[in-house]
Amino acid sequence: MKIVVPLNQVPDLVEDLEIADSGKELDFEVLKMKLNEFDDHALEEALQIKESSGGEVTAVAVDGPEVDKVLFTALAKGADKAVKITGANPHADNHTQARVLAGAVGQLGADLVLVGVQSAGDRDGQLGPLLAAYLNWPGVCVVSGLKPEGGKLTFHKEYAGGLMAEFEVDLPAVMGVQAARATPRYAPVSKVRQVQTTAKIESLAAAAAGDVPAASVEKMEPPVKGAGAKMLKSAADIIQVLKEKGVV
Amino acid sequence: MGDVYVVAEHLNGELAEMTFEMLVHARGLAGGVGGSVTAVLIGGTDAMAAKLGAADKVIRVAAEADYNPDTYAAGLKAVVDAKKPQVVMAGNTSQGMDLANALSARNNMPMAAACLKVSAAGGNVHAVSQLYGGKMNVTSNLGSGPCVVTVAAGAVSADGGRKDGAPASEDGGKAPAATKLRFKKLIQPEKGDVDITTQDVLVAVGRGIGKKEDIEVAVELADKLKAAVAASRPIIDAGWMPKSRQVGKSGLKVKPKVYLALGISGAPEHLEGMKNSATIIAVNTDKNAPIFDVAHYGLVGDLFDVVEEMMDEL
Ligand SMILES: Cc1cc2nc3c(=O)[nH]c(=O)nc-3n(C[C@H](O)[C@H](O)[C@H](O)COP(=O)(O)OP(=O)(O)OC[C@H]3O[C@@H](n4cnc5c(N)ncnc54)[C@H](O)[C@@H]3O)c2cc1C
Repeated sequence: MKIVVPLNQVPDLVEDLEIADSGKELDFEVLKMKLNEFDDHALEEALQIKESSGGEVTAVAVDGPEVDKVLFTALAKGADKAVKITGANPHADNHTQARVLAGAVGQLGADLVLVGVQSAGDRDGQLGPLLAAYLNWPGVCVVSGLKPEGGKLTFHKEYAGGLMAEFEVDLPAVMGVQAARATPRYAPVSKVRQVQTTAKIESLAAAAAGDVPAASVEKMEPPVKGAGAKMLKSAADIIQVLKEKGVV
Repeated sequence: MGDVYVVAEHLNGELAEMTFEMLVHARGLAGGVGGSVTAVLIGGTDAMAAKLGAADKVIRVAAEADYNPDTYAAGLKAVVDAKKPQVVMAGNTSQGMDLANALSARNNMPMAAACLKVSAAGGNVHAVSQLYGGKMNVTSNLGSGPCVVTVAAGAVSADGGRKDGAPASEDGGKAPAATKLRFKKLIQPEKGDVDITTQDVLVAVGRGIGKKEDIEVAVELADKLKAAVAASRPIIDAGWMPKSRQVGKSGLKVKPKVYLALGISGAPEHLEGMKNSATIIAVNTDKNAPIFDVAHYGLVGDLFDVVEEMMDEL
């Protein structure tokens, strides 16, 4: 079983987000980026599948700042191969990314592609189902509990209120992973450094994205805040509110 | 003249709340594009159609009652290919994400996701997407041709979209059965030891709690307040608390008298589950955390210090 996991970096949302001078996108130059947490879950699930039922895990990422760190970290966590896609824009919209990835998956070959269910900047849709459509494979969003068997995969698709459905799919397929069966593993810096000296990242030239439907950005702005919260100064103020509400 | 097609969503035999919210969005938009509102009901029942009175028309597509991404996507595509609506609207939900993205890619229709607002001006459709965990709104121009939007939950009240009485119905044919993807069964949510949807007071913990052992801090506070402990999704995914305690989009919707959020950022998926609580009090170290926009009271600070001081005072 060959599993491909595309990895994307997203801004760390705990930090302040700066808008670029264009007023249309974030200022990626100054932002602190980190691996999309849902991609981390997709990678973890791929590694879990490999460890429980065998297989080969390939991490892929579009060339850009810190991409080597992301890919070496994936190798340190247990991925078998790391592939850097060169000549594409890591901040491109998801339709373009999906086209580029469809080209890469075609060249690398895969039985299963695991993508994070969503990414913080998903303006034009989600990568997983777009990629599935471009590959003409079945694609399902918001999944967990993946169990491969033979050329098939059973999985859960999550709805609202804790309701789920179980499906079975003939591979190859693309899954938008919500949560891995275990907390994504951590690769210590020392391990990443060691991998950096021994392992190699392969390069793959991006296929032309071709025509993708484009919705142009008009503007980006922080949401207009309503009245917002009344800011309190201390824990005692919280107690006061709880008293007013009759809780204590 | 553009029509707006709403992909009516149903779950567990019932129309989803999102369906009615979409009908509200669609009504406003249809005025702008000069067309009408059509609900596309795939695999639905007569009882569901009878609740879609806020639409001008319903197109019924025959399919298995239980959602199958491939079958439903093919059924929707056939309707869109035949009718060529200007805007196809789906929920930014588990089902809607599958269907909208597949349609956008296959039919080369531009798409905007997680929209708070969709409007038309000068013949073009514009949509405001809620991105970056609710910290940025981005407006897209989807042009004057066919396009796809997914709507974020809770941007409008569903009430305006609830109107009984089936609109005129049209046969949308039978969705081609999926060949590679098979629905097996629905798995109903597990019942927990505590029903967080019926509590007056909830102490909710998020990733700011840091580690499993420290949930005890919240449990102690909850005991003092005769409250139950709830949590954001990452706490459940980490296996620190059972799924029955999860608040949000894929968890439970709660409406307690008081919701005390400790170390929860306020991602849209979390807010979806608790923003109608009577009183929301949030404690967070990040003064810009989106939770402070929905909270009634906020305190910028370390949750451990705050809880400790509260325990001393109580
Ligand atoms: C399809 C889908 C469904 C989802 N469903 C749900 C759902 O049902 N429920 C849900 O909750 N999420 C859901 N999510 C996940 C959601 O997108 C967020 O990832 C999640 O809500 C974040 O949880 P959090 O606020 O606890 O963590 P974070 O976003 O990491 O926030 C942690 C916060 O704690 C603060 N903090 C850190 N340390 C401290 C401290 N010592 N004291 C005080 N504050 C501190 C930080 O400033 C930060 O704001 C869903 C996502 C998807 C894609």
